[in-house]
Amino acid sequence: MGGGGPVSGGSPASGSGPVSESGPVSESGPVGGSRPVGGSGPVGGSGPVSESGPVGGSGHVGGRGRGRGSGTLGRVVRAGLGRRRVQTLVMVLTTFVAVTASVVAAGVLTASRAPFDHAMRELRGAHLTARFDPARVTAAQLAGTARAAGVTAAAGPFRTLSLSPRTATDAADLPAGVTLPALTVAGRADSRGPVDRLALLDGDWATRPGEIVIADGIAPVRPGTRLEFPELPGRPTLTVVGLARSVTGTADAWVTPAQAETLARRSATTAPAAPAAYQMLYRFRDAATTAQLDADRAALAAAVPPGALSGTRSHLAVRQEQSANALAFVPFVAAFGVLALVLSVLIIGIVVSGAVGAATRRIGVLKALGFTPAQVVRAYVAQAVLPAAAGALLGVVCGHLLAWPVLADVEDAYQGASASIPWWVEVAVPAGALALVAAAALVPALRAGRLRTTEALAGGRASGDGHGGPARRVAARLAARLPVPRPVGLGLAHPFARPARSGVTAAAVGFAAVTVTFAVGLGLTLGAVQNHRMLNATAPVEVDTGRGSAPPGALAVHVGGPSDRPPADPVRVAAALRADRHTDRFYATTQAEVTATGVSGRTPVLAYDGDASWAAPQLVSGRWLGGDGEAVVTRRFLDAAGVRVGDEVTLAGHGRRTAVRITGEAFFTEGDGMRLLTSLGTLRRLDPSAVPERFHVKPSPGLSASAYAASVRTALEPLGATARPAPDRASSVIAAMDALIGTLTALLVAVAGLGVLNTVVLDTRDRVRDLGIMKAVGMTPRQTVAMVLTSTGALGLLAGAAGVPLGVALHHWIAPLMGDAVGMRLPEPDIAVYAPAVTAALALGGVVIAVAGALAPAGWAARTDTVRALRTE
Amino acid sequence: MATTAPPLTPPPVIDLREVRKAYGEGPPALAGVTLSVRPGEALAVLGPSGSGKSTLLNLIAGLDRPSAGSVTVDGLRVDTLGEAASARYRRTRVGMVFQFFHLLEDLTVTDNVLLPAQLAGMSRAGARRRAAELLEHLGIARHAHAHPGRLSGGERQRVAVARALMNRPALLLADEPTGALDTASGEDVRALLTQLNADGQTVVLVTHDLSLAASCATRTVELVDGRIVRDVRHTRPTAEVAR
Repeated sequence: MGGGGPVSGGSPASGSGPVSESGPVSESGPVGGSRPVGGSGPVGGSGPVSESGPVGGSGHVGGRGRGRGSGTLGRVVRAGLGRRRVQTLVMVLTTFVAVTASVVAAGVLTASRAPFDHAMRELRGAHLTARFDPARVTAAQLAGTARAAGVTAAAGPFRTLSLSPRTATDAADLPAGVTLPALTVAGRADSRGPVDRLALLDGDWATRPGEIVIADGIAPVRPGTRLEFPELPGRPTLTVVGLARSVTGTADAWVTPAQAETLARRSATTAPAAPAAYQMLYRFRDAATTAQLDADRAALAAAVPPGALSGTRSHLAVRQEQSANALAFVPFVAAFGVLALVLSVLIIGIVVSGAVGAATRRIGVLKALGFTPAQVVRAYVAQAVLPAAAGALLGVVCGHLLAWPVLADVEDAYQGASASIPWWVEVAVPAGALALVAAAALVPALRAGRLRTTEALAGGRASGDGHGGPARRVAARLAARLPVPRPVGLGLAHPFARPARSGVTAAAVGFAAVTVTFAVGLGLTLGAVQNHRMLNATAPVEVDTGRGSAPPGALAVHVGGPSDRPPADPVRVAAALRADRHTDRFYATTQAEVTATGVSGRTPVLAYDGDASWAAPQLVSGRWLGGDGEAVVTRRFLDAAGVRVGDEVTLAGHGRRTAVRITGEAFFTEGDGMRLLTSLGTLRRLDPSAVPERFHVKPSPGLSASAYAASVRTALEPLGATARPAPDRASSVIAAMDALIGTLTALLVAVAGLGVLNTVVLDTRDRVRDLGIMKAVGMTPRQTVAMVLTSTGALGLLAGAAGVPLGVALHHWIAPLMGDAVGMRLPEPDIAVYAPAVTAALALGGVVIAVAGALAPAGWAARTDTVRALRTE
Repeated sequence: MATTAPPLTPPPVIDLREVRKAYGEGPPALAGVTLSVRPGEALAVLGPSGSGKSTLLNLIAGLDRPSAGSVTVDGLRVDTLGEAASARYRRTRVGMVFQFFHLLEDLTVTDNVLLPAQLAGMSRAGARRRAAELLEHLGIARHAHAHPGRLSGGERQRVAVARALMNRPALLLADEPTGALDTASGEDVRALLTQLNADGQTVVLVTHDLSLAASCATRTVELVDGRIVRDVRHTRPTAEVAR
């Protein structure tokens, strides 16, 4: 054969194209190149080793001088990175995604807790805020609880009572006469003490009767504002002298103990059935877990007469309330981080292994010229670690950017307290990722270091022969007999040629399939949560009677003075709705606030009138309300009250008490999930004047909410009621979660696709001779593409089939953890979101990822220069 | 009524007109080659390394395109074909035999031989029948289920020849077919090619081996620096050429 080609005339390592030395993705494609004949040097061609590297003449590779040796090593590493641009990009991307997800997960986990934990330490926050019934326990007995088992510090007893003040003077943002929400007022001599040291943010502490300190953020008032208490005899007025913050929110306002006693006495004359309570604040030796706090609570209950302990609130519950949104991110972002790390290890293993396999001859040349095995190992580990370091750096930056809005939510919850990712997360996460990358690269690098020089020099051009052994031949023989087109059969047999590489590639695609399955499941779960998180979300139309309730989620501020028009009569509104032929069904609700045994502070109640079962929130366990005297609550309420479904809870309000039995655990996040759902009849036991405030209507099928509201308006307006479509209550937190899930999934799938691309590029290089033969005997470009895509598609199909159940399992593990993070239990239908059609589509996801990753190199394989390929031996 | 008289001589299987092929800025690999090969001829292309022999073969096989001039094979303008058409052309009209056999090592002998037919979409039964017939004819039927790595060089080259003939090509191209064989195997392949040509197969072989050309070829051209400097027709055996 004529010409100066590498077979007959040139050197064995000559050639400038990627088939020989410059990598499969050089400018001219995997086996392209502008000249079919080789170069002239021992490692001739245009590769950087011959021109600028240690083989080019000027480099020193003997390792005699550390500095010069290091320089040579650096040139080799740079040359390797430059030759394998796609592989380098893949390594950068995989590490980038892994570090990004890990920084977000670890950062949010630690940073979201940090401000609270810091404040708990600095201000000696209360592990438990306990409320006691003064009818059952004396102040002296309560003082004795400071010696209860496990208690390390105690403060109190403080007299507390619930009062609804009204502004008596113009405040900063409020005019005089505005009724504020009910406040838990505590009588406390000073802001210091062994437990719950209050941070005084503005003004002074209340030291005289007639003064009151308001908790920051409770109401838009400032020192100097005068508050009137119209429900108490004599309508006493107190002056706001300071704004303070309690880390565990032990009260909404503080007065002197004497003032508290005075207010309590006055309150007792108007609401004898709901007297003021005592409050004790405790710190315990062991209070880090719910179980420990349960034990602490039990110790307290045992230290006082039975029934005296009427409610507690733990620091864990407070922390959860304040950082629930951020903590909900942690489980799934952590899962993405782990998936990304595993994917990184797999793909970097493939890349470095492929780099070693493709550069066997180069390694031989380097060793022949004096490179030690250790230098070879360092060179190949560095070729993985350097791009990974770049990816890790980018990941830290991107992780910060993605975590920022999440942590901003935390900062809002802590009134601006700094919630930033700790420095050690910024160091530990990338360091850990780089260590994994180095470990993944070390195995093939050690193989390169151990290569015998003569064997390396002789074996630089792997043709694909000799790999896979009998399995490959059996597979080829079986595939030849399959009733499929020959290119498809050849493609099916190919994964057996390099079973290890195929296995790792399949694993990478499998992890991508796990990721997609997991992400789709999360999206469906979050969609379900979005749809069901708000109460009354199933009713498309709301009819307001002009009483009470502000829109859900708003702070109700009642402005004094006569309203513009009297509220609508709910009986007549109900009659009008019933009379409208477009009304399918409806019920009414009323909001109120009561106290509940076991729960510190006020408990918001939503009372239902009529059959609301069709619009009931999703039930996790138990059943919906069947009549008066029953209640449905969330897991968060159950935990706060220390009760279970089936237990009784005593409600108190308006000077009355009534017991309700918990019949069901529901899932909703409205009102921080602390609303107690009961019937209007139950509420009337506490407040006989309670009437329906808002109606929730489902129009006839086919009629839109706006059309119904317009049609019923004529009948309602004369009554003083207004109808409107229920407002959109989409959660920005869920939207942010969806966006983050989408971003991380897209990145991971892209990385997996690039991993496949890298593998197929390596395969194309390894099989270039076989491809040349097949093209020489008549394989068309389309048949070549079909063959390559079949081999990766088959792997993708298997990987997808394996990945989907793993993804489902991961979702079923993580989704409940997200619920736990916000103190909720997700309903089973929100977790079992994989319909058969969805699962089937996801199973094909592996094929899509694999084929998408293989498309470009399949095209390169189809364009293989047959003449050059046939010269490759 | 006018009638068209039949041609006196059959049209050439290969017709090269002023073919030039250059790589980059250097001297052209082929510098204006004009060559016709008639059906049934056995053409040996001789010349030193770098003279353009392999380039000429690649152009005829449709593996490469000329920089100028035309290449027509079996009535088809090969130099104008696209990638897919070029593959179909090789699959149906040309069989190729290489110095290093270029068999797929993971396929059995039969599967290697079947490959061109399978790529062409020939029926499974028909392809198997044809393969069995070829293996029998070439004396390697006993190796039908073996892998190429277990065969001698001569046997592997016979498998390559069987594969080349699978689709009954008009033209058999052989690139240094004895270049990687020992003397005995070389003789074996030489006899096979001679026999094939004697049976009517048009053959073009590129070789350094003058004795191969002498024993197989009915015509010899010699290339030097991309030009034909000698074109000799003769009857076998051509002892003069060998000398």
